[in-house]
Amino acid sequence: MSETAEHADHHIDVKQFHPRAQAAIHNPKIRKNFRSAMDGLMAKRKAAFEGWDLETLRDLGANVRLRALANLPDLLEQLENKLTENGIKVHWAVDGDEACRIVRDICKARDAITVIKGKSMVSEEMELNHYLEEQGIEALESDLGEYIVQLAGETPSHIIMPAIHKNTGEISKLLHEKTGTDLSNDVEYLTASARQQLREKFMNADVGVSGVNFAVAETGTLCLVENEGNGRMTTTVPPCHIAVTGIEKVVPGMEDVSALLALLTRSATGQHITTYFNMISGPRKAEELDGPEEVHLVLVDNGRSSIYQDDELLDTLRCIRCGACMNHCPVYTRVGGHAYGTTYPGPIGKILMPHLIGLDEGRHLPSASSLCGACGEVCPVKIPIPDLLVRLRQESVDGDRLHPAKVRGHGAKRSAMEAMIWKGWAWMHASPGVYRFGTGVASKLRALQPASAGAWTNYRTAPKLAAKTLHQRMKERGQ
Amino acid sequence: MSARETILQRLRNRTGGELTVPECDFSVLERPDWSTTERVERFEKMIESVHGEVHHCTEDSWMDRLAEVLATRGARNLLVAKAHEIGQSLRSADRNDLPELLIYDEPIESWQAHLFNEVDVSITSTRGGIAETGSLILWPTVDEPRLMSLVAPVHIAILKASELYTTFHEAMKAQNWAAGMPTNALLISGPSKTADIEQTLAYGVHGPKELIVLMIE
Ligand code: SF4
Repeated sequence: MSETAEHADHHIDVKQFHPRAQAAIHNPKIRKNFRSAMDGLMAKRKAAFEGWDLETLRDLGANVRLRALANLPDLLEQLENKLTENGIKVHWAVDGDEACRIVRDICKARDAITVIKGKSMVSEEMELNHYLEEQGIEALESDLGEYIVQLAGETPSHIIMPAIHKNTGEISKLLHEKTGTDLSNDVEYLTASARQQLREKFMNADVGVSGVNFAVAETGTLCLVENEGNGRMTTTVPPCHIAVTGIEKVVPGMEDVSALLALLTRSATGQHITTYFNMISGPRKAEELDGPEEVHLVLVDNGRSSIYQDDELLDTLRCIRCGACMNHCPVYTRVGGHAYGTTYPGPIGKILMPHLIGLDEGRHLPSASSLCGACGEVCPVKIPIPDLLVRLRQESVDGDRLHPAKVRGHGAKRSAMEAMIWKGWAWMHASPGVYRFGTGVASKLRALQPASAGAWTNYRTAPKLAAKTLHQRMKERGQ
Repeated sequence: MSARETILQRLRNRTGGELTVPECDFSVLERPDWSTTERVERFEKMIESVHGEVHHCTEDSWMDRLAEVLATRGARNLLVAKAHEIGQSLRSADRNDLPELLIYDEPIESWQAHLFNEVDVSITSTRGGIAETGSLILWPTVDEPRLMSLVAPVHIAILKASELYTTFHEAMKAQNWAAGMPTNALLISGPSKTADIEQTLAYGVHGPKELIVLMIE
């Protein structure tokens, strides 16, 4: 785990959230790009659920996920057995580094030097591209958004729409500089150019790497949701397909998939369904004419089994990565995805990343929220995100004596001064004499109260103590 | 200890203890029984909203419709299945208003560049459709391999109106998917698309730019 944390952090210091957020807030272009995109997504989601009993559907989504989690170890074994029976090879990885090595070994065994990739957030979590490049294996993203982000040498700023932070002009310039296309604001032209460039790559790639949206234990099926067709290309054209996924993605049966699919695409982009729903249950059979001859699944833990230990934190693992919580988050909409400096930004990132990188590294994440509750209200599997944020805030200051903190790196924000002040506060409130004396003195000295209280008073007037305490006033009224 | 054992053991020895398994009631996914006409209407509305095209025809007229569709697009060729009746009847029809007919009967390795660069249009069968979302169900086979519905710029699919299901949930139950799945199964709901450049929709980014459904009624 610690190795993974290092591995994942060598580009961006997650702790520098505040300066990045400040910079983003003062960047009108970023704010405009995100604002308009998120407004559109919120409206589309709403329209897509019209005529549905959304509460009941979300209850079903939550129950389907909880049922799967309740049987997680058994389901993983069932999945492994079924996939093996179907001819798919299953691998297990405790952390991202181990998962990277597994992918490398499969590539090396085939003398593979080029990998084409479909969208996979777990591979981002593993920093797979970076790792493969170090091993002399080219890893090329084929999802248009990911392709753009990779050409720019950046990371995705949204889990569903990776290049949402860029506008057409910037993308045109980037494609022009990196691939030699003409400068143009014609999205059709830019898309067609990318199609041409990537077709060549699909034909020549030795291995295709993809993510998984749902892994079905009952039939041994890997399900992938996508619009572009690059996922189908990735999983069909190269002779070897490696799917990587978090261990929480398994569900018992196809019926569970029908419920989650109904929620996923509508929550994510307001689509009733994506263009392609690709269900893979095995490599090419001897008599078949296309499809990969080898299919692998890498099951990645990377912190998930720790989350699994705690009844409350476990809810984090229900997530189906729809991104709706981001789209509806007032903080995310203003600072954008890169400010977080984490693989998963926005509300889901705030509750997931502290487990992956430690609460010491991710100490600012749970606090980057106004607890407005919008994320919890839209989450299709009803994850109580605000409650989890509060829990992680408590853990970051070791603030709950009755429930000792568990998350790795807990207590990172605890300060001796603050702890002492609270101790004093508690003592004062438990001793009536001291309390009366203290409040009495404080209201006498109210003239000395400073007019400014740091950042708090930048946009607010400082509260002023009353001239008399409540106790004094009640006494005067003879009660 | 192997990674597998480490992970499974950690999950099995959960400190929080056993988890309760909630009941799952799937009835919210069910729709009242739509008539075939309602299903056809809904299917058409949904697939057209994502840039798909539907042509209504009959067992007797679909080939004429197909010829028109191909002519308006100036198609140079059409990829058909070798054994499936669609391919069979097209080849035996011996019509002069159809372009050259190609057959996918060799492993992809031997003609990949040709398939990727030269094939204009492909036609496949379907295992039915889903009205609610405007989706086609495809189970690629030896005869109609996976890439047949993916690589050409235009994909034409034949769908029987009588094989339209109301919802995905209904379709998978009726066809008993739980009993076993083929190596690859697909739901296709429109042509390939992306909105990755500033939320602007563009079609045919990797797969077909056009999806045309010949609905046999
Ligand atoms: S936490 Fe909920 S809303 Fe956010 S990505 Fe996950 S499933 Fe979607």
